Amino acid sequence: MQAKKRYTTAVLCGLIIVILYIVLRKLPKRFSQNGKLISMETAEFISFLDGSDYTFNEDLHVSARQRRSPLTVTDYSKCRMETCFDYSLCSNGFKVYVYPIDEKVSHSYNKILTSIQESRLYTSDPKQACLFILAVDTLDRDVLSVDMVQDLDNKIAKLPYWNNGKNHLIFNLYSGTWPDYVLNVDFNIGQAMLAKASMSTNTFRPGFDISFPLFAKDHPQKGGEKGHLYTSANNIPPTRYYLLGFKGKRYLTGIGSETRNSLYHIHNKKDIILLTTCRHGKNWQKTAKKLNDTRCDTDNEEYDKYDYKKLLYNATFCMVPRGRRLGSFRFLEVLQAGCVPVLLSNEWELPFSEVINWNKAALWGDERLLFQVPSIVRSVSHPDILDMRQQTQFLWDTYFSSVEKIVLSTLEIIKDRIDKHISRSLVMWNSLPGSTALLPEFSDSLQSFPFFYDQLGVTPGEKFTAVIYATTPVMFSSSPLFRLIRTIAKSAYTHKMIVIWHCDVSPPPSHRWPADLGVPVLVKTRNIKTISSRFYPYPEIETDAVFSFDEDALLTTDEIDFALSVWREFPSRIVGYPARSHHWDDAKNRWSYSSRWSNEYSIVLTGAAVYHRYYNHLYTYGLSSSLTRTVDESLNCEDILMNFLVSHVTKLPPIKVTHRKQYRESLLPNNSKNSQWMDSFHFAQRQICVDTFANIFGYMPLVRSRMRLDPILFKDPVSNLRKKYRQIEVVNT
Amino acid sequence: MAKVSRMSSIYSKFFTCLFTAVLALILIALIVLVWPEESLEEVDREKYQSVKIPSAPPVEIRNDSPLAAARDELCTFHKCFNVYECGYNDQTKISVYVYPIQQFQDETGASLLLSISKEFYEILSALIESPFYTDDPTKCCLYVPSIDLLNQNKLRLKETSQALASLKWWGDGSNHLLFNMLPGSVPEYNNVLDVDIGRSVIAGGGFSTTTYRRTYDVSIPVYNPLTADIQLPEKSYLEVRKWLVASTQTGLHEEYKAVLSQLDTSQLLYVDKCKTGDDKEWDLSKRCRDTETYSYPHILQEATFCLVLRGSRLGQTALYDAMKAGCIPVIVADGYVMPFSEVLDWKRGSVTIREDNLDSLVTVLQTFSIDKIYEMRQQIQFYFNEYFKTMKAITLATLHIINDRVFPYAAKKYEEWNDFPREGASHNPLFLPLMPPSSQGFTAVILTYDRLESLFEVILQVAKVPSLAKIIVVWNNQEKTPPHESAWPSVGKPLTVIPTTENKLSNRFKPYKEIETECILALDDDIVMLTADELQFGFEVWREFPDRLVGFPSRVHLWDNSTGKWRYESEWTNSISMVLTGAAFYHKYYSYLYTSNMPGNIKTWVDDHMNCEDIAMNFLISNFTGKAPIKVTPRKKFKCPECVNTEMLSADITHMVERSECINQFTSVYQSMPLKSVEFRADPVLYKDNYPPELKKFNDIGSL
Repeated sequence: MQAKKRYTTAVLCGLIIVILYIVLRKLPKRFSQNGKLISMETAEFISFLDGSDYTFNEDLHVSARQRRSPLTVTDYSKCRMETCFDYSLCSNGFKVYVYPIDEKVSHSYNKILTSIQESRLYTSDPKQACLFILAVDTLDRDVLSVDMVQDLDNKIAKLPYWNNGKNHLIFNLYSGTWPDYVLNVDFNIGQAMLAKASMSTNTFRPGFDISFPLFAKDHPQKGGEKGHLYTSANNIPPTRYYLLGFKGKRYLTGIGSETRNSLYHIHNKKDIILLTTCRHGKNWQKTAKKLNDTRCDTDNEEYDKYDYKKLLYNATFCMVPRGRRLGSFRFLEVLQAGCVPVLLSNEWELPFSEVINWNKAALWGDERLLFQVPSIVRSVSHPDILDMRQQTQFLWDTYFSSVEKIVLSTLEIIKDRIDKHISRSLVMWNSLPGSTALLPEFSDSLQSFPFFYDQLGVTPGEKFTAVIYATTPVMFSSSPLFRLIRTIAKSAYTHKMIVIWHCDVSPPPSHRWPADLGVPVLVKTRNIKTISSRFYPYPEIETDAVFSFDEDALLTTDEIDFALSVWREFPSRIVGYPARSHHWDDAKNRWSYSSRWSNEYSIVLTGAAVYHRYYNHLYTYGLSSSLTRTVDESLNCEDILMNFLVSHVTKLPPIKVTHRKQYRESLLPNNSKNSQWMDSFHFAQRQICVDTFANIFGYMPLVRSRMRLDPILFKDPVSNLRKKYRQIEVVNT
Repeated sequence: MAKVSRMSSIYSKFFTCLFTAVLALILIALIVLVWPEESLEEVDREKYQSVKIPSAPPVEIRNDSPLAAARDELCTFHKCFNVYECGYNDQTKISVYVYPIQQFQDETGASLLLSISKEFYEILSALIESPFYTDDPTKCCLYVPSIDLLNQNKLRLKETSQALASLKWWGDGSNHLLFNMLPGSVPEYNNVLDVDIGRSVIAGGGFSTTTYRRTYDVSIPVYNPLTADIQLPEKSYLEVRKWLVASTQTGLHEEYKAVLSQLDTSQLLYVDKCKTGDDKEWDLSKRCRDTETYSYPHILQEATFCLVLRGSRLGQTALYDAMKAGCIPVIVADGYVMPFSEVLDWKRGSVTIREDNLDSLVTVLQTFSIDKIYEMRQQIQFYFNEYFKTMKAITLATLHIINDRVFPYAAKKYEEWNDFPREGASHNPLFLPLMPPSSQGFTAVILTYDRLESLFEVILQVAKVPSLAKIIVVWNNQEKTPPHESAWPSVGKPLTVIPTTENKLSNRFKPYKEIETECILALDDDIVMLTADELQFGFEVWREFPDRLVGFPSRVHLWDNSTGKWRYESEWTNSISMVLTGAAFYHKYYSYLYTSNMPGNIKTWVDDHMNCEDIAMNFLISNFTGKAPIKVTPRKKFKCPECVNTEMLSADITHMVERSECINQFTSVYQSMPLKSVEFRADPVLYKDNYPPELKKFNDIGSL
């Protein structure tokens, strides 16, 4: 018994010791700091910032103003707008001055200068100018080139407003030469901004310089070639015959040669076609021999099998490797071809990188990782290819296809820096219709423009403002003008009527105007000097929709309402009734205009048409002065110009809706004896207008349509009572 | 136990005690070992989401230990970032290694660096919990030292650099990522960390354009731990706020103060520290203007715009506070690189005014339209919640930016970074205004089961259309084989028969590779009544609207107030929102989308119910484009006109009920109604005009 108890005691004591041992062993592990892991309970919970921090102390810098301009006199490599640009010169708006041209400039530079001089930003008065452009050709600074201008520093120093380059913009396409191709230009630019091709991330001064596209000598002044996709299929699957293509020179040695020299590694003769040749310069064979390059002959053979253009058009992706310099002509050629660029040019600052989101249209490869390129391009999904290809076309067409577009985009980028709160967001630069068609002064909200409704998930407003253009004195209360006003007032969607009184006789006193309309009628008599006044963006126009009328327009309320309903589905276009068309006159070798009935149309007359009020703003402030001058001098063609403008922006035709046949189509009263003659004169003027406008735009923006929009039940064999817009079918006698 | 009277009773008492003691001990052991552990961890998780960060034994830094090289100003991604270790896997994701936390001591064992701050701990936890984390330093793309550099004022510059240089994988510092929010120190306040850091990447708050190495550094916000935990009441973006603009920063430069005090006090609320006796002990949660006292940061919610002026540093916590309060930041700090400016479009959510123009503050801000203000408020709320709110959000945004640089072809797009979700917004996949060349023509895809006779008639009919490029018959009958080649009508256009493996309606919308044109005409095998002129005209109209569905018979959806549901309507209506795909043109891309990108279970629903594939297509296209379909030419009687009888009528009613059900079902999948109604149809320009027919195109339209 005793022994048993003693044993039990011993066992129990042993148990106690074991448990204590386990517990004590465990404890230090959990509460000591020498373990392998640190979790929050051992870290000190002090914030990196507290109330006693210097962050909350006084800013005791000697002068805040001085702090802003820390530049030493010679270090312009860190120039920024706030340090090297004089904003005070721009207080009268953004105007650009070009120095008088007194020596011969290259063809390309001449195109640049012409584009500036024809733009609405140009001023001939240096006192008004915010930005100065040299008349000395600085495009080509390659000493081996015949175009290089000598003695540049001297010429620049003599410029009257030079002021050490402040507010000057210098264009350059080529800098440096064989063998090192330095990235900087070889003359003293002072505090001037550079618009320069082939810039690198390191030498580029962000927000100050502009990375400029390299364009060829024959790049057109205006208009420019359409993107290839406009004439080919945007098909599914979006892959083309070849996956990846390249055809170009390779340099056997020296700067930038490695990239192209190694392309043959991934050329597979099937879907990846990368062709190089050593044939350039006189002694290429000698050089090849000297460098022991044995691939030249086989490369050349392969190279000659393919046509350059065809390769671009038939490849889904196109390689854009660096050459001697970072940028190449190829970049723009590839964009035009709708071939998605694959960039192999490390550190290259892509054209207009300040505003263009290139990753929506191009792929970046890395020169260091050439072998990844095939798998990268194979990994891109079909919807992404489709997106990127369309984006290449949009960018090409909006910013690059002509010298004019390139130059104006450059100027607009700088303009956007001046008053930052009225500048364009990246959405405006990177989606249709592109920033050149979007004037930020019109509104700070995307919703106010006619182009972004779907994107934002909103719809244009229901109401419209009627703008009536009146040119004849009103004698009777039954005059067409008053009849029109009464008709418009009956529409439930009328917000306001504005009568543009363009007539020597003053308008009738207010008590003679139709009363009890339920909508306000405003008569504008002041400053109505030109026919373009009908498109002036009066601040009284508060609705998205503007319905423009001639005073003698014969319409029913149903027709007005129906057109408005159609316009709300197509808010970026002009929706109207009588239509006209343009055509190419082979005999006279010019564009012409036709008012005959036909199966197609490209213009709707603005004597009765509805469009977005933004176009009034664009018409008044966005067109080059030579266009509006043509209109104002001839007192004619304002409607044609409006059609040009809208089609230029949208790339789409206007929309014709149905109307009753007795609409009087002449624009002038028929009662005078010489109206016949007037009519034909008027018509001849319009023919000339079409051709003149096409020349100034640099291409023919009008687009033809073959359809007309009718109410759903138009002329259907069903009771008229069922139809919403039944007046349209009632024949008025 | 010295008093012994009865041994056995003592023994038994002793035994009982011993037993109790053992039991108690076991119990305590259990409590200590099991229960308390859980409870402690629970507390941790609640408070700090405890993440274990590896630690390592202390390292000795001697006075003459090597420093890291000076910061390489010319680094760019391509020049200094080593990419060879980054592309290890097919995933487009970088791997990030975090160094273990360790003490750095001098020869005497005294610690050289302060222990890490709460915020830095949160950065490290976020990294370790992120999908980018790896614990293998030999196979990683990015290294993050566990040395807290957030506030330069708490650092010893030389020793910190020595500590960095002592790290095992440091090399020249490339591929090392350092986080710093408050750079510089008295009096000049450089806007980049003054520690020598070699070629490492800085995620820094307060860069200027001259110190920021584009493509290499990352500009991050300056997080404010003093306000981060304060709960502010929810405010709608539509709300009217009392002040146009508020300036609430303390310690502004005298020059700015002088300008601000000149501005309109009814628009600008300009407050500063409240004056108490002791300047050191001022109350951070109060701001004063003369005698008025306001509580901070709540006062920020009373202003539409909030001024973020540069202080001695460029990066200011005021930006964080303003955004938290839904107040649109007005940045007056020349040369400041905005947080995450590489990917965020700050013009959408902030106003920038040059320091020289500070006096125009009120006039500039008054020009903003109310629409723009609403947009900016939603934008900054989105930015704040996504990229600013917590240290974790800031850390992840930084990693995503670096990830996008390493894998630019898989980078997040502008829209993904910047667009906040908007109801009803759409992205049209065919956004370019192209008019496809007519030379391509269209491919007629006819779905058939076994009605050979009418099928052949349809084929003969459609073959007359000049722009027809090819006919494809989708043979949906698995029981019968399609007739022999010779049995088909010869039509002078290529004809291909594609037998299917299953009788499914979705077969008609497959993007067959045999379809070589952009344009597809979907056709039922009983649509014999369309004339060649009508089909040709339909194709011409499609060319003007290649992103829409262009068809003949149309339908509309209507809201039924009595049932609270959508209703399908086919009567003579004045508007349309759908066209039937028994005869409709559409872009081949939509076949691809229908087959591979249809939301929810709509595709299987259609195949199961053998109905509504056309409604599904209308929903799909309208949802992508935000646009209505186009109806072409006047209405015709479609299904055989002679077979109208009572039986058919009841069949019609069930049909309508089923179709209405489809609309409601699909609407619930899309969570909104994507269909759009319009009141027009397309006719030829001279349709029904009084004009000689020989000069008109498309005369044979509308006839039966």
